[in-house]
Amino acid sequence: MTVALSGKEIASQIEEKSPGSVEESSQDSLVVKSDSLLSVAAFLKDNETLKFDYLNYITAVDYFSYFEVVYQLTSLEHNHTVVIKTRCYSRENPAVPSVIGVWQGADFQEREIYDLMGIKFEGHPNMKRIFLWEGFPGHPLRKDYLQ
Amino acid sequence: MTTTEMMTLKTEPFVLNFGPVHPSTHGVYRMRATLDGEVVLDIEPVFGYLHRGVEKLAEERTYTGFIPLTDRLDYISSMSNNLAYCLAVEKLAGIKVPERAEYIRVIIAELQRLVNHFIAVGTFLNDCGAYMTPVVYMLREREKILDLFDMVCGQRLTYNYMRVGGVSQDIPDEFLPALKKLTGTLPRFIEEMEWLIKQNEIFLARTKGVGILSGETAINCSISGPVARGSGIKWDLRKADPYSVYDRFEFDIPTCEAGDCYDRYRIRMEEMRQSLRIIEQAMRDIPSGPVRADVPHLIRPPVGEAYAHIEAPKGELGFYLASDNSIAPYRCHVRPTSLINLTALREMVRGWKVADLIVIFGSIDICLGEVDR
Repeated sequence: MTVALSGKEIASQIEEKSPGSVEESSQDSLVVKSDSLLSVAAFLKDNETLKFDYLNYITAVDYFSYFEVVYQLTSLEHNHTVVIKTRCYSRENPAVPSVIGVWQGADFQEREIYDLMGIKFEGHPNMKRIFLWEGFPGHPLRKDYLQ
Repeated sequence: MTTTEMMTLKTEPFVLNFGPVHPSTHGVYRMRATLDGEVVLDIEPVFGYLHRGVEKLAEERTYTGFIPLTDRLDYISSMSNNLAYCLAVEKLAGIKVPERAEYIRVIIAELQRLVNHFIAVGTFLNDCGAYMTPVVYMLREREKILDLFDMVCGQRLTYNYMRVGGVSQDIPDEFLPALKKLTGTLPRFIEEMEWLIKQNEIFLARTKGVGILSGETAINCSISGPVARGSGIKWDLRKADPYSVYDRFEFDIPTCEAGDCYDRYRIRMEEMRQSLRIIEQAMRDIPSGPVRADVPHLIRPPVGEAYAHIEAPKGELGFYLASDNSIAPYRCHVRPTSLINLTALREMVRGWKVADLIVIFGSIDICLGEVDR
């Protein structure tokens, strides 16, 4: 059985290494500040006891006051998992750093989120629409999108 | 032309467009391949020809009303999609499924895996040049399983059989005897097919050592399913994170080391045998009782989010649901196996010939309904 690690516990480990990078944490997940996402991602992947080498999925949710980007990570060796999130508060130009350098599996998923939710992933080598055509007005998965 | 003139002639790479309508792309997949003569330098996949906005449509439907749309994601194995989605809703709303329904789900899901692997191996052989003969044999056997699905839900492609809290109706009395008869004949068929395929020199030459994917790249690219196991990663969610009642059955996870097209084919053949083992055990142990929990027509899960994943025939298929305590999902995200499994395609095809590109692409086994959603 894959063990879901406590978000609070992981948060305290991250805080120990780079203080001030965790915004919020609960039993199920932890929210990381977007400007320290990359260092947290590298820490989670390289740490011997955590070793989150597998990115299950990335998705994004529009909560009106902010966008939340959700990452689920699994360690195939230790068989445990954690959900980390990051938020962007701008509706005009939401952006988070791309984790493609840490987990290459993020490639198409980040493009999909950009296409449908309009969040830019900084540092992604090919940040363009994936399903809809260039010039499509708006981003359909946003809650204020009108058909 | 003199020799000096010939020496000054230059060659340059050119771009060849594959698809979106091409028999070997298994749907409406398109890639722009940059070629140097016959050698593939790079490819750029272009998606979206089958994009229907399924995730947006989910937000306008009730939790139950979305089940028929999941059929249309990976339409080769619709039952698995139904199952993954229902598990996610059950996790979100905290619904417990009756025992009998769990066993029916396992039997149906494993039959679906057989169907998917028949199609995957059959069309893969098509891509290798064994045009139509093997795939017709595979379709013949698939037909028998489709008859069983027809028996339980009256549908042959888009089943809409799994429901939140169980399955839509109990299996009819004639189902288990018919299934027993079928599982008696399938091992011989698989044996026969394998015997025909693995002795074929052309097939071996086309697949052995071709399109190698290393285990490290597979993990880094989030590859799952038979493609990952072909690269030596012993990871199967039925064992690693058992859902439904999979922890009660005995079966093995086949893995191969080389990570080439031949290994991916071998994994699928071996998985068919393991699926039959699971079905036999499930048939033996299936209890009687209700097949559906008491679930209201309009489900209102508490505020929160849930992610449930299953080992679908193609790999890890998951649904992420966020609820705001209304009758429709606030957000529904599909973790698309086929799309993510394509991430490593670029690295796998570099340096191979155009003809190998088709074989390598075919060995991944994707469904465009799931890639584009």
